[in-house]
Amino acid sequence: MIATLLQLAGLFALLSMLAIGGGAGVLPDMQRAAVAHGWVTPHEFLQMFAISRAAPGPGSQIVVLIGQKAAGLAGAAVAFMAMFGPSSLIVFFTARFWHRAEHTAWRGLLERAMAPVAIGMTFASGLALLRNTEHSWTAYGVTLATMLAFAFTELHPFVMLGVGAAVLLAVGG
Amino acid sequence: MAFASVGMFSVGGALTAWIRREVVQRRDWLDDKQFLSGYALSQLIPGATNVNLAVFIGTLLRGLPGAVATLLGLTAFPVGLMLLVGALYLRASALPGGVLVGTALTGAGAVAVGLNLGMGIRLARLNIRRLVPAAIATVIALAIGVFGFRLLHVLLVMMPVSLLLAWWQGPEERP
Repeated sequence: MIATLLQLAGLFALLSMLAIGGGAGVLPDMQRAAVAHGWVTPHEFLQMFAISRAAPGPGSQIVVLIGQKAAGLAGAAVAFMAMFGPSSLIVFFTARFWHRAEHTAWRGLLERAMAPVAIGMTFASGLALLRNTEHSWTAYGVTLATMLAFAFTELHPFVMLGVGAAVLLAVGG
Repeated sequence: MAFASVGMFSVGGALTAWIRREVVQRRDWLDDKQFLSGYALSQLIPGATNVNLAVFIGTLLRGLPGAVATLLGLTAFPVGLMLLVGALYLRASALPGGVLVGTALTGAGAVAVGLNLGMGIRLARLNIRRLVPAAIATVIALAIGVFGFRLLHVLLVMMPVSLLLAWWQGPEERP
């Protein structure tokens, strides 16, 4: 139990520090590690990801579900602290300093360098989740349709999640 | 504080828009420039962007107590809900209807993956106008997404490369 909690803390603290440009980019590594520890199957991970996207609040809340599955309430608490604690501390200590650096050259440089990295990570996470989770052809179709709908229309994500669930229920997996 | 209401209603990744509405439009705590500056920092600093943004706003407004209040306000309700849903989910597979729940969630999971890819397209259309950043994003997407390299290794190589190229190219000229 204690060992599991320590593993949870170590994993999510590390992933949190790699999450440049948001939590979505670390999902492939999170899936790989959580599966390797035997906490979830790749398929369960995808379902938990769906739950965390459908529920209100930050998408990175998936860590709470994984922690809960691995080690109950204590696991959920540890996962939450590890994922959000260290990054919040960094923001707290840099907020005012950053604010004063509004027009400095180094700040512009950092922002320009970070944008393509974050965008690449976002694509990568979608591709890796597709690759690491067994998908039926229907599911591939749903993923493709969602990608286009989200990129080019203003349809609400919540509606899409519902439609996707209904389609798979109708086809039977 | 207002962040409790933001946490509750922001379904499906529209969190940033909600925060902006509450903090800039309805309460006038920050102006749009401060908000955007905070958003940039929140992306740059590792961790969940929305949570970082909430802490940034809390810090600017009230220091440490503000930061703690916005962090807890944003996450308390959703995390509580998540624990409840998680407990149900972990038991659902054993129940008679469990298979159906699993199928529905698989469908929603396929959508969630599509949302990630769609978000990538959106961000790329908004932020990438030059060849070099486009190439960097493509290399990272392929290295992790197709060839299965570890994120840590890719970042250790690509972050310095991206910084160097951004420095070499200089700022984009704005018309």
